[in-house]
Parts: sequence; C-alpha cells; structure tokens
Amino acid sequence: MNFNFTEEQEMLKAAFAEFAKEEIAPKAAEWDESNHTPLELMPKMGEMGIPGVFVPEQYGGVGLGHIERVAALEEIARYSAGLAMMVFTHQLGMAAILDYGTEEQKMKYLPDMCAGTSICGLAVTEPGGGSDVAGQKTEAQLTDGRWLINGRKCFITNSHCAAVTAVTCKTGEDEKGRSTFSCILVEAGTEGFRPGREENKLGLRGSMTGELIMNNARVPEENLIGEAGMGTPIAMKEIGEVGRASMAAIATGIIRGCLEDAVKFSKERIVYGKPISKLQAIQFHIAEIRCDYEAARLMTYRAAALKDEGKPAATEFSMAKYFATEAACRSSRKLIEIMGGYGVVNEYAAGRYHRDALGCISSGGTSEIQKIIIAGDTLKKF
Amino acid sequence: MRILVLVKPVPDPEKYNELQIDRETKRLMREGVPTVIDPASKSALEAALVLRDERNAAGEESSITVLSMAPDFSRDKLVECLAMGADKACLLSDRAFGGADTYATSFVLAAVVKKLSADEGQDFDLILAGNESADGATAQVPVQLAEWLGISHISRVCGIAAEGKRLRVIKKSEDELLTFEGEGQIVLAVTRDINRPRLINAMGIVKARKKPLTIWTNEELKLDEDAVGLKGSPTQPGRLITPDLSRSGQPLTAGADAGAEDAAKAILSLLKKEGF
Repeated sequence: MNFNFTEEQEMLKAAFAEFAKEEIAPKAAEWDESNHTPLELMPKMGEMGIPGVFVPEQYGGVGLGHIERVAALEEIARYSAGLAMMVFTHQLGMAAILDYGTEEQKMKYLPDMCAGTSICGLAVTEPGGGSDVAGQKTEAQLTDGRWLINGRKCFITNSHCAAVTAVTCKTGEDEKGRSTFSCILVEAGTEGFRPGREENKLGLRGSMTGELIMNNARVPEENLIGEAGMGTPIAMKEIGEVGRASMAAIATGIIRGCLEDAVKFSKERIVYGKPISKLQAIQFHIAEIRCDYEAARLMTYRAAALKDEGKPAATEFSMAKYFATEAACRSSRKLIEIMGGYGVVNEYAAGRYHRDALGCISSGGTSEIQKIIIAGDTLKKF
Repeated sequence: MRILVLVKPVPDPEKYNELQIDRETKRLMREGVPTVIDPASKSALEAALVLRDERNAAGEESSITVLSMAPDFSRDKLVECLAMGADKACLLSDRAFGGADTYATSFVLAAVVKKLSADEGQDFDLILAGNESADGATAQVPVQLAEWLGISHISRVCGIAAEGKRLRVIKKSEDELLTFEGEGQIVLAVTRDINRPRLINAMGIVKARKKPLTIWTNEELKLDEDAVGLKGSPTQPGRLITPDLSRSGQPLTAGADAGAEDAAKAILSLLKKEGF
C-alpha cells in the first residue's frame, strides 16, 4: 500500500496550485459576486493541460489519468468551486466522447476541447428529475439520416457556453416496453436547439447552469455516441465515475480552503491578548476540519486511483462524493463559527465556501442517492 | 545558440520566517522548509527559453542546458527546469562540494562548464544566471564564473535581445540603463524584473521524463578536494549576532506656548546627546 503521489504527480499538483494561486485566487470572489463564468480563462487552462489532462495525446490531451484530473480540480476548487464545476462538466462531456465516441468524433471535437477553445457539456436532468434517468421525456427520432430531438433539459452546467453538449434522449423501447435512451451530440447553433433560462444559484456561481430547449432540433445521425439505446449506461458511467469523482474533488478543495483560512484567521485574530488559535475550543474545530480534509482526500484519490487501474470504482466514488460534500458543509460552517462576525461578512470567503459546499450536495446525485448506491453495494458484499 | 543556465535551489523565500541557523555549525537548517528554484534563476531560464525559441524560429539550432550544484534532493528542481522547457540538465552533487562559498562554488561550476564544452566539442555562446539568489544574495557567483572562464560578464541585466550572433544587453545601474552590444561568449546575470517566468504546464512535465538529466559527483570531475566545498572556501562564517532591534520611545513635552523652533531644538539636543 502506497499513499504517496509520484514525483511527477507532486510536480503537477504544484504546477496546478501555482496556476490557481495566480489566475484564480485573485478573481474568485468577483466571479461569485457577479455570477461570471470565466470562459476567458479556458484557453490558459488549455495551455496548462488541465481540461485534457486525462485525454490521450493523439486527441490533444496530456495522456495522464484521473488522479491528475482530480488533483487539478482540487487545486481549482481551493479558490473557486464554481469554476471547477464548469471545468469538470466540460471534462464529463469529453469523457463520454472519449469512452464511447467514434474515431471521427474524437478527432473532430477533443483537440479544441483539450485546448479550452471549445466547451463541452452533458445534459441528462429534466424538470421531472435528475436521478430518475428512466423518467426522461426528451425524445429523438431518426428520420432521413437526422435525429429530430424534442424536449427540455434543466440544471445543465455549461448550458449557455457549451459548443457541444451530449444529450440523453429517449429513442425507443426494449422488448419489455421499457424506454431506451441514446446519447447524441448537439452543437450550439443547431436549428431548433437553444439555451433557455439561466439559473441564479446559491453557490457554485462562476459556472453557468440553465435549461436547454430542443424544439425539432435536427442533428446528423453520426452525432450518436456509442450505439442507440446505450444512453443510460453512458450517462451512468460518466456521472458515476467522472462526475462524482469531480464533485468529491471539488468538495475536497473547498475543505482545504476552510482549513487554510481557519488556520490563518485563528493565528491572526487576537482576543484577550492572544491569538484564538491558542484556545482549545478553536483547536477542536480546526482538528475536525483537518480530519475531514484528510479523509475526503484519501477517499477521493483512492477512488481515482482505482479508476486509473481499470478497476470498478463507482461505489468508491459515491462514498467519496457523499463524504466529501457533507464534510465540506460541516467544515465551512465550522470556519464561519471560528471567524465569528467576520465569518458572515462577504469580504471573507467563508460564506462562499458554505454556499458552494451546499451546491455540491445536489450535483451528481444527492447524499441520499449516494447512500442508496453505497447500501446496495454493501448489502451485496458484506 | 548554445545557452547554459545556472540554477540554484533555495529554501522557499515565502517561508524564511521558519528558517533557523545551527548555532554550532552556523549552517542553515532546511528541515521542514520546502526547496524551490531561486526566483532569479527562474527569470534567467525564462530569458533563455525566449532566446532559444527566437533563434530556433530564425533557423539557428539552439538549445538550453541547466546546471546546478546542490544536494541530490534538489534533483526534482532540475526536472522542473526541464518541464519549463530546458533541453538538458546537469546536477553536481557530492558531499565534497558541500559548504562551499561563492569562490569554491564558481570554481566547480567553471570546471563543469569546461567539461560540458569539451564533451560536446562546442563552447556555450551564452551563460545566464540570476543576478543574486534569494538566500545568499551575494551576486558574486556569475561574475566569478566568468573570471574563471576568462570571458566577459555583465551583471544586473534587465533586457536581452539577439540578432544572429550579436547580443544587445540592457544593464540597470543606480540611476540609468546602460546598453551594451557585442559578440562572443559572455555571462549575463539577470535581475528578476527582466521577465515573468512562465508557469510549468502538464505537457511540459510529461515531456521532462524523456529529457536527459545527468548527475555528476567529483568522481567524474576529479577536482582537488582541497579546492572545493568547505575546504576550498576562503570565506567562513564568523560570529552569529542577533541584532537588538528593540525601540525605546521618549516623549518630549513642551509648554502650551512652545513653538516649532523649541521642539526642533529639543530634538536636536537629544540627537547630539546620542552622538549623531
């Protein structure tokens, strides 16, 4: 058992951390306040190799794995969980193309996406629900070599900025009469396809979330990812392994922000003639945040390592996502308590961390959904 | 253009408040303080990268070798230089080199520059270094190296441009900028304001795996052990003094009708009394 990053991974983490400190930290509060999605930073991220860190070199990526992808997200989320949300959703769509797309699709889309000059998305959730995948209403019919898509997706990250979105649609029924779904790439500017309402969110601001409306949207037949009827497994695999890994990494980044800010504030804040870090009541909070950080980190990177080894990791990602996002909520609340009145002043990041942590709970499946997955696996194995 | 960049790993300047000096050996205790590439060395490497890419684009085959004399745990700092874009790296690491002052350091570096040139059958056209490191800040090594090699040198360089073999160098003096133009081998010691070093990216780190990194000890260099390291260093640390930085305030009071002149006289007399 080895819990150490390789020398190369340490170097990558340091490089991502330096990038985040220079390019993200100074602007994160402003993006949150103005709900600005910093698309202008994406080409620079592309130069850093962040979007395509897990994509093979022949498609414009760096050719590394999910440990490195998760490490980049943690470093970004340390300062801006909202931006990390945008980046991971971009990677979620890219992963669907990479894992299930044709060679032509990979060559057509992935290089620009790795460069950060084209943004990707994945649209599953509908007004009727997100985790109820079988209840999706969006339909696609194949006529004359084109998919005719009708329906509405909601709570879709990158809804208003994605050049290409992988959309799950009902495309038929199996022999038992159950709906089957397919995953189809829809490009921005397609006739009959447009973003709808953009949400004004509590947290994870700095990433766009909104509706996608398809009203007789016509898409070439070759835009299908994988085979017809594979939409649900594609969405479940990518959300389960890439999406939840990312939410766990983002939450881990938030907890680290809480930890670093808690230490800094408690050493600087003098009460009754000494820093509050000397008070046991404050130390207990700090110890708890530290434990949450270490545990979230271990669970997240272990799950990512399993995926890189090609082993099943869906339950491990669910556990990491569940634990890390709940821990981020706890830690950010503790930070607010440590900071007292300053904790609720928006000049400090504590409130933003808490809003972002709350935002993480519903993304990629709520804590209850994760517990259902974890329990299902546990009841089989123990 | 063949460029050599001297790189110095130093304790992270952001953590200098955590550094301690061993009162017995008078050496820096680096434990727990991360090592980073000296910021001025990074600027030197950035300047080299820009020059190399310009010369390559102009059809002149150019390369960068980075050279460092440091403990072997600094190997990863040289990998960082390769990840930034340098082509080759050479680390000199031997206990015999430890404790060297600037004189002994530059002596070893000069020997290595000669060996590298002899091995490859070609001299370096340009040697770049940070003007002064964040830890020692003596600004002596680049100049001493040039003197050992018998070539020209310019310190406090804040601008470099190349046209063919001709270099145009801007040096910062106390109150003006001086421009030099010329050809031939030279050592340039750059200041941090010459550029903003690029960030290392993921692809650079992956590419660094395949770039050559040589580690040499004194077995390869065969230098006289009395001329290197602590033994070869004429400068030895003297007494360690912790300066008394405490301040004492002395309130000066004057009557309600006292003017500025009275106050000035009172201050002047106090200063005279203190020996100023």
